[in-house]
Amino acid sequence: MPDLTLVEAVNLALARALQEDERVVVLGEDVGVNGGVFRATAGLQERFGAERVIDTPLAELLISGLAVGMAAQGLRPVGEIQFMGFIYPCIDQLVNHASRLRNRTQGRLGCPMVLRAPCGAGIRAPEHHSESTEAMLAHIPGLRVVVPSSPERAYGLLLAAIRDPDPVVFLEPTRLYRSARGEVADNGEALPLDVAFVLREGKDVTLIGWGAAVREMLAAAEELSGEGISAEAIDLATLKPYDERTVLASVAKTGRCVIVHEAARTGGFGAEIAALIAERGLTSLLAPIVRVTGYDTVIPLPRLERHYMPSQARIAAAARRVCRFA
Amino acid sequence: MIAEFQVRRRAYLAPDGSAIGRLPDFAADLAALAALYRAMVLTRAFDLKAVSLQRTGRLGTYAVSLGQEAVSIGVASAMRPEDVLLPSYRDNGALLWRGVRMEEILLYWGGDERGSRFSGPAHDFPLCVPVGSQAPHAAGVAYAMKLRREPRIAVCLLGDGATSKGDLYEAMNFAGVHKLPVVFVINNNQWAISVPLRLQTACATLAEKAIAAGFPGEQVDGNDAIAVREGLDEAIAAARGGRGPRLVEAVTYRLGDHTTADDAARYRPAEEVQAHWKEEPIARLRAFLVAQKAWGKAEEEALSRDCQERIDAAIQRYLATPPRAPQSMFDHLYAELPEVYAAQRRELEEGAADA
Repeated sequence: MPDLTLVEAVNLALARALQEDERVVVLGEDVGVNGGVFRATAGLQERFGAERVIDTPLAELLISGLAVGMAAQGLRPVGEIQFMGFIYPCIDQLVNHASRLRNRTQGRLGCPMVLRAPCGAGIRAPEHHSESTEAMLAHIPGLRVVVPSSPERAYGLLLAAIRDPDPVVFLEPTRLYRSARGEVADNGEALPLDVAFVLREGKDVTLIGWGAAVREMLAAAEELSGEGISAEAIDLATLKPYDERTVLASVAKTGRCVIVHEAARTGGFGAEIAALIAERGLTSLLAPIVRVTGYDTVIPLPRLERHYMPSQARIAAAARRVCRFA
Repeated sequence: MIAEFQVRRRAYLAPDGSAIGRLPDFAADLAALAALYRAMVLTRAFDLKAVSLQRTGRLGTYAVSLGQEAVSIGVASAMRPEDVLLPSYRDNGALLWRGVRMEEILLYWGGDERGSRFSGPAHDFPLCVPVGSQAPHAAGVAYAMKLRREPRIAVCLLGDGATSKGDLYEAMNFAGVHKLPVVFVINNNQWAISVPLRLQTACATLAEKAIAAGFPGEQVDGNDAIAVREGLDEAIAAARGGRGPRLVEAVTYRLGDHTTADDAARYRPAEEVQAHWKEEPIARLRAFLVAQKAWGKAEEEALSRDCQERIDAAIQRYLATPPRAPQSMFDHLYAELPEVYAAQRRELEEGAADA
């Protein structure tokens, strides 16, 4: 099996989807000749032609709106937004159309589209290039929101997203694009959406995260094991709809929970998970739920971004605190 | 001078119904013109009945198309069933022509999603309530048609207000680049709720907005059904024939309020509205048909009776539709309802049982 980076796994899944289903088209700014600003679509236009790998004008609203029209006509469009900071013109299309077209036509028209966007900080990028506003998207009924954290999951989940009959926002952590490596078999097998991945089993504390923060979360779990603390690590992977069962089962086992996300704390997706546990898992809790997140600030420019992002040290400290509590 | 552009205006019938110069060939088919006339009359009668239903508390907010019937019918009648219509919320006549049932329109505006399951071509889009956001869909639809080498076209209906939004420009720009089979129709009824056209744009026409996207735009008299139809026939033929997109601005006037929730008297003088009543499309086409001896009092009375009977029957079916089960709000959220939301549906079912 080839050893691939996360962005190579994305490329492999896109090529596979274009190969196996002629309804699949890829569209976005610079995705064609240039192969994408992160090279996620490298070589695809050469292989599948400019009609199916479309260099669009510089207009994000258009990319999402075109995808809605194409999807309603039976294509399987995969749009790319260059950075999450530029996804906001698409929100109107996602909220008002993509996510509700099925309901709006009572099942007559579906919207099987994927909107991909790199997300997160940590690559010393300019302003507006380090956003983590996934909670905003996860609030939209009718949508799926997926964030892979390894090349293997990027490949399998992207294939699942493209094959899914409903609209999916697929957020790819820029920090992992080239730094995450792993073996990926190009076997065309999709991973399940709406399912969380237990990456490490443990009995003392549950760590829940997604995207790039999964790396620090796993490192913290390893650090804690050296101190005799057994941490369970869950990659939520699909934020909407998310796997409540796996979260609750884990907390029922450990009695403690630390939620990790790079996004700002207030109204972040961690609040949703904490609320779920408070509603349906309170009696199993031995300690307060703790969130390790970005702060409620504008994501700082690169000189300070490492102080903003959840670090291994902050995650490990939070886990120690809840383990000491009881 | 490195570039020059022209915008054509098309009109065949004067407000009194007399012909201005030579009529297009299709207008020789008086039976076909009478069919347009019948559909326009039905649209107006249906609209007015819908307003009275709203006034008596039996319908929600409704957007009447009074005075704009020639646009709706002229556009829809130029399309083939396999083409895709992307309407906005004031295109009631176009919906009816495409086969949407009157009780479905009433159910939708009456607040029942079952009205969203429109009859008519299964690929048509639902009427778009946000202004202009269906324009990019039209480009996407047309892209799919072109990719599959299908001889089909998309028609996107928008109001004058929509021409101020980036959505339309982004869609037209892309359609121009790829020479897509799409026709953008601007129903220029002069008013976007309370904002008159002079505050919407400094352009002399809305048709010229197409020029910046690299394809032709033309203006038609939107109160002249023959002009709308002929303008659309030409635009659609160009789009279907691979000559790229077209924009048609149909200049008409909103004789009614924006919706039943609006009172246009607050911002628009009655004299202006009265003056425009002299130009409205139905009397104009009727005068033409009467002058051609293709229409008379007997036909008018029979049509009026037929419209009332059909509308009344539709209203009866609408009013007789029982409420649907609350949990049906989950039915079309996803192709297959995820387990977590199935739990919410059970929660609603149990709550509904308690209530």
